[in-house]
Amino acid sequence: MTSSSLSDKPVGVIGAGNFGSVIANILAVNRRVILYARDEAVVSSILSTRVHRGYPMSNHVEPTSDLAYLASQCDVIFPMVPSAHFRDMMKKLSPYLHPYHILIHGTKGFDITLPAGETIESVSTLTREQVKTMSEVIKEESVVVRVGCLAGPNLAKELAQRQPGATVVASHFNEVKQIGKKLLRNDRFQVYENNDIVGVEIAGVLKNIIAIASGALSGLGYGENAKGLLISRGAVEMIYLGRALGGDLKAFLGVAGIGDLVTTCNSPMSRNFTVGYRLAKGERLEAILSDMTEIAEGVNTVRIAKKCADHYKVRALITDRLYKVLFEGMTVEEALEFLMRYPLNIDIDFL
Amino acid sequence: MEETLEEKKNKNKPYKPILEGIPDWPVYQLSKNRKEFLEEVSRKSFELILQLRPARKQLIDEIEATVYREQNRIKRNPWRVDPKDDSRFWSNVKKDLIEASSRINDEADKTHEEILKRIVTRYANEIAGNFKPNSYRVTRELIKFWFSRLLNGARVKKFGAFFRNQYTLRDKIQIVGKVKMLRKLAKKGTVVMVPTHFSNLDSILIGWVIHSLGLPAFIYGAGLNLFNIKIFAYFMNSLGAYKVDRRKKNLPYLETLKMYSNLAIQKGAHSLFFPGGTRSRSGLIEKQLKLGLLSTALEAQRNLYLENPDATEVRKIFIVPVTLNYNFVLEAPDLIEDYLHVKGQDKYFPEQDKYGSVQLIRFLFKFFTKGSNISVSIGTALDVLGNYVDEDGHSIDNQGRLIHTKDYFISNGQISEDKQREDEYTRMLSQKIVSEYHRINRVFASHVAAFVAFELWQRKFPKLDLFGLLRLPEEDLELDYAEFRESFKRVRKKIYELHDQEKVYFATHLKGKADNVLKLGIENVGIFHLKRPLLLNKKGNIITKDLTVLYYYHNRLVGYDLEQFI
Repeated sequence: MTSSSLSDKPVGVIGAGNFGSVIANILAVNRRVILYARDEAVVSSILSTRVHRGYPMSNHVEPTSDLAYLASQCDVIFPMVPSAHFRDMMKKLSPYLHPYHILIHGTKGFDITLPAGETIESVSTLTREQVKTMSEVIKEESVVVRVGCLAGPNLAKELAQRQPGATVVASHFNEVKQIGKKLLRNDRFQVYENNDIVGVEIAGVLKNIIAIASGALSGLGYGENAKGLLISRGAVEMIYLGRALGGDLKAFLGVAGIGDLVTTCNSPMSRNFTVGYRLAKGERLEAILSDMTEIAEGVNTVRIAKKCADHYKVRALITDRLYKVLFEGMTVEEALEFLMRYPLNIDIDFL
Repeated sequence: MEETLEEKKNKNKPYKPILEGIPDWPVYQLSKNRKEFLEEVSRKSFELILQLRPARKQLIDEIEATVYREQNRIKRNPWRVDPKDDSRFWSNVKKDLIEASSRINDEADKTHEEILKRIVTRYANEIAGNFKPNSYRVTRELIKFWFSRLLNGARVKKFGAFFRNQYTLRDKIQIVGKVKMLRKLAKKGTVVMVPTHFSNLDSILIGWVIHSLGLPAFIYGAGLNLFNIKIFAYFMNSLGAYKVDRRKKNLPYLETLKMYSNLAIQKGAHSLFFPGGTRSRSGLIEKQLKLGLLSTALEAQRNLYLENPDATEVRKIFIVPVTLNYNFVLEAPDLIEDYLHVKGQDKYFPEQDKYGSVQLIRFLFKFFTKGSNISVSIGTALDVLGNYVDEDGHSIDNQGRLIHTKDYFISNGQISEDKQREDEYTRMLSQKIVSEYHRINRVFASHVAAFVAFELWQRKFPKLDLFGLLRLPEEDLELDYAEFRESFKRVRKKIYELHDQEKVYFATHLKGKADNVLKLGIENVGIFHLKRPLLLNKKGNIITKDLTVLYYYHNRLVGYDLEQFI
């Protein structure tokens, strides 16, 4: 084990999905790790087989289904649960948290709070009053203020194979960034720092929209020119939307923005890409979602981002067309045709 | 049918002092040991600056910059309160600096440190307040006596009323909000009061408030410019004020100032400063606070924890936001002019105080002879992280669970000092204070009237920007009363709703019949200005004699998204 100035308390990971399990293994290189899984069966299966979701789990990882135990043992906790369950998880965890805890999450999605009886479709627009990033949820639901987030090109499978990769740890607190770096960094995993936590979170969330679109282009059989077009225009759209939602331009140009965008748009492994790909092949959204084991965050993100773009009057053509494809029965071909004919030809106007 | 919209008369008896005799007051303890205290301030500031500028070159640069700026200040912007030997002192420092440059290293180092120490000691003495129990007592009685004479003489127009005690200042100045809590917490811990700042009068007003709540005197961060006015200087000196000179932006000064506040708070002296730094020029409730002095509360709390790591209970510091609500701000015309002048460009403008003692006394007389109330709204106390505390001083989270404030300073199981972390905490605290200001702000009829009228005029000229609008001749502006009344009612309804959501307070007079409330509002907004911001003309319609000043009073209600209900 490497020596470190951190105390020898174990580190917590919440959520034993693909990403959570892989992060637990990375952390376990330096530390003891306590991994929380909701499902008792998962806990006992990890204990007996030391394999989870096809990954061998390090002996330093102790699985548990007890949040109180995890919070009492760990000062530093990495929540890695899908955005749809994030707030509920925080509500359960919150009673055990204290201001000395540090939370660094790795969830790329938005949280929305709607008035009773309303759905995303029924409200006319969404604003930042209703749409929250995960770090904001943590602060709303608990006393923890030292919050950070992880974002970047982090495909779980490649990380598990110890291929080279990088992540950004973003936080307002140097302390949090330093701890994140110390815990995660190894010879195959580079860690960068960023102050703009909200910008980094938003970049990580919005790129999922473009990933679906990229899958769709691929599904239609188009090649690299089309992808280059999509990625560059997609990045511009992300920047516009991201700034309207409170992020800074710089976050979008870094590892968590362009870095993650290029990766997911080229990755048939990614869930969001798969959704787009199968849509283009003519499958229906419900059918695609019903046989996916993990949540494709991008689908929900499209719904939310579209309503936000409406409210903040941001031109978000790709998001808008994708919304029509996903929920209003437009075909991918039709959407593409619209985009190709759109009379807008200023390349970059935000710098 | 006459409806009286007077505020309810304060029936409760005056508050008893929470500490019996002045010798028990922390501020008195501080002044008794003034010499030792100032030595500690100087020594610690000196050490801190050496830490911040560890290399010789850095230290010399800092001192040279300080001398340069100070000599510049003496030349360009001298004030009456400046010490007589100012110019001599700084030229001596300069001379010594030049001499030191010809010496060899070790000796030069010693000289530089000696110079720094001299500067810091001078600053500490400049900043220090001088609380004197006797003159405090005299001032207190003087204020009380004259205020109530004025009040009674003015209100009841009969000879002899002058010496009756029918009305007291407490009928004129409403103190609402968490008074009981404040009194309780002032016994349990150290209170740092942070009011909004609209007028130079705030300083005296808040001094009276503190006294009438039965609290011991606070130490006070007051702008040095106030000491230019003799009557203020007298009051402030006797109330325990320390001086904040905003002309001095050099590192040794700022660190000494912060150290003074930090140590005083650590020693348990209740403190007060205006975190907006200066009077609100625009009339807007402060949105951005100065973080320097605010950070001293955090540092003091952290130090108390650091020095008593095993204690179960450490003296806690409570931040108490306060809003001051006026119908009339004496300086409004000049403030708003300043604001418009520099709008869009963040440049320094010199303090101008056109209001000397005579103007102030005249204002006070008008204030007591006409119906214009002031209200002071005391907010719920916060811990240094901005969490609400309960009446026993325990920090409480949103879910009502107990928080140990100490935990915020713990890293790796140990209490630690982390400047960057505390900078961030200070920022969080300042945001919380700003949102509390808006929440405890007490809306007057005059605020709503000003807001509605200005917004309506703005709407009538959609093509004009703010400056275009303000350039319109006032004769061209007339609002139909019925239209004004309808808008007023919509906005008032929204204010009720905001109040139900605990986002703002309003004065009880706002609840009356729309016509009566409007009458009161129009009569009171900027009541003593020569050119009145709102008036009714012969047709019964709304006119203005000074749109710019109306804009100032209108700004008080900006930030609640009320514009859409006009």
